[in-house]
Amino acid sequence: MAAICFMITLVLYIVATVSFFSYSLRRSEALSNVSLGITAAGFASHTVALAARIAGASSSAPPSFSDALSFFSWMIVLVFLVVEFRHRIHVLGSFMVPLALASLISAAALPETVPTLQPVFKTLWFHVTLSMLGAVGFTVAFVAGVMYLIQDRFLKSKQFNVLYSKLPALDFLDHLNQQSIVLGFPLLTLGIVTGAISAQFARGSYVSWNPEQTWALVTWLFYFVVLLGRLTIGWRAKRAAYLTVIGFACVILTLVGVVLKGHSALS
Amino acid sequence: MHLIVVGLSHKTAPIEIRERLAVPESRLGEALTRLCSYPGVKEGILLSTCNRVEVYSVVDDIEAGYGRIQEFLADTHLSLSSEQLTPHLYWHTGDRAIGHLFRVAASLDSMIIGESQILGQLKNSFEVALTHKTTGVIMNKVVKKAISVAKRVRTETKISEMAVSVSYAAVELAKKIFSNLHEKTVLLVGAGEMAKLAAKHLIAHGVGHVRITTRTPQHAVDLAAKFGGTAVPFDQFKDDMGSADIVLVSTGAAHYLVGAEDVHRAVEERMNRPMFLIDISVPRNIDPAVRHVDNAFLFDIDDLKHRVEQNRAERLQEAEKAEKMVLEEVTTTLDWMKSLEVTPTIVALRNRVDDMKRAEVDKVLARLPHLSPQDRELVETLASSIVNKLIHRTMVTLKTEVHSSSGPAFVEAARRFFSLDGQSPSVQQIETYTESPCCHTESSAESGAEAPDPETSTHKRAR
Repeated sequence: MAAICFMITLVLYIVATVSFFSYSLRRSEALSNVSLGITAAGFASHTVALAARIAGASSSAPPSFSDALSFFSWMIVLVFLVVEFRHRIHVLGSFMVPLALASLISAAALPETVPTLQPVFKTLWFHVTLSMLGAVGFTVAFVAGVMYLIQDRFLKSKQFNVLYSKLPALDFLDHLNQQSIVLGFPLLTLGIVTGAISAQFARGSYVSWNPEQTWALVTWLFYFVVLLGRLTIGWRAKRAAYLTVIGFACVILTLVGVVLKGHSALS
Repeated sequence: MHLIVVGLSHKTAPIEIRERLAVPESRLGEALTRLCSYPGVKEGILLSTCNRVEVYSVVDDIEAGYGRIQEFLADTHLSLSSEQLTPHLYWHTGDRAIGHLFRVAASLDSMIIGESQILGQLKNSFEVALTHKTTGVIMNKVVKKAISVAKRVRTETKISEMAVSVSYAAVELAKKIFSNLHEKTVLLVGAGEMAKLAAKHLIAHGVGHVRITTRTPQHAVDLAAKFGGTAVPFDQFKDDMGSADIVLVSTGAAHYLVGAEDVHRAVEERMNRPMFLIDISVPRNIDPAVRHVDNAFLFDIDDLKHRVEQNRAERLQEAEKAEKMVLEEVTTTLDWMKSLEVTPTIVALRNRVDDMKRAEVDKVLARLPHLSPQDRELVETLASSIVNKLIHRTMVTLKTEVHSSSGPAFVEAARRFFSLDGQSPSVQQIETYTESPCCHTESSAESGAEAPDPETSTHKRAR
């Protein structure tokens, strides 16, 4: 059941990605609802797939990294759908859905056995969920940042093309960027704290400075500075957009760190 | 019944002719009443705007109708003769008349394609016509259709979305920087006409605060009162720029009033919140180097004009889509108008009741297998005579009313009562019918008159 729904989701996200891409390149608005419908259908099937996974998994087994990525992808689509329904910014789909797809493909490519951590306590579930939610926040901030930089470039160079007409206003993107970090940062903080507690129980030390933990701490520190800079000395708009793009690289490196550690743990 | 249009527009007539022909709204009703008093003119609506004067009318005869309306138009102004008018007029009938109305309503025939005023003007004219009862079934339907076509064009194409004036282009750009203009402040430096117009548009789109500065302090105070804003002393406006989200500059100064350094400072003061600068002055008043300041977006008059040109081109592209829609809608409207012709309606009605009769008779006969051939014939005759009697009056009324002004209404009613739509008779059927127009009803009336006896006897036998 889970596997079939997973495949259906994958196919639907691929179609939605193609559809959203052609939507953002064509003047017509006709594709927006089609793309949205396909994404929503994919999301529904994704929900079923995840629910089936959760129902089938025993609580003592650690969440696999593949599941975590799948959940990450699901959250991205959820956030997109929420923002879309509130603000009707279809072009957001052209950025978010491909990311969700990429994450889902990575989930499919990874062997299901790569665990996020060695089996320990239930706190592990909290750690994985919270960290992933934090990562979702930073991903949305990244998307908003990229869209901001594109729109900024269009306005500066007076290029009024199709994408320009579909992208939302700069201050909206800046606000979305801020909101995502403000929500993502505390979640990541909690994710790191629960992770450290899990590690303490499992290995007797809070931090072991493996690539995953190092990158996680670097990421945390980076966003801390970004957030602080924004709230105190006006690191907003273009600078914030650049910073969140860099921050997202840290997020990716952290995730790669998790996979590497998982592999080394297996071998 | 023919729908025709006679009129002139900015494409065919100079302003000197249009202004003399234009009918002010207060006199529209009177003009319509006069129009419909011409013999052969059944329905009429008069569309009079600064760019066009058109009469749409339903007439008995096309050629005579053209003549009457031309006469009517020439009569609207004493100094105009029919001869003077002729070279500027256009005449359309049938699908071309409907198409013309749809195109006008959808603003495809306007001076600025996609402008929205024309639809309101058409609605107005239609309302006046309704008040003076100068429209009937055809006109009501066609004008309502034109209004819905115009709405469809507006929602399904982007024909009226893009700004086609410089002052409005400024608003359009502002909306790409600020999603919500309500809390925003605009600083107006100098008071060029175009800047004032742009400020007016911005205020209409919700800009919350207006600050104004001019070299003459009193002028700024006056303008501030007009726009509901506050005046700022001219020598202080640069220090004030940080609080402005939108800066509109248009002064007569021959040098740069605002330098990159000023804008840089303002942006810093704003904690890097984006800032939108519009320089409508020639020679320019804002140093072009401002383009290199992050989070400041400078547009000069050429940028805005360039945007307007692009939008005009896009509107033309959208207009092509709209033309296709108009064609589709004209076809459906023509179909409807054809359905209002009496002959096809009578044929369809005949077919409809014959089908019903056939079905019922077959059902009954299947349950009465013991009947002799004569009896079976009686049953059939009975059914025919009931059916014929029932539709006799309808048929006669349709034929007698065909030339009256309420003819189309009767046809429409008959089509609805007998749900004839979707039942279009074949051409062959219509032709056969037209050759001997009266045979059906006349003979059925006769057979109906003879019917009572067999009717009662059949009933008895059936029981």
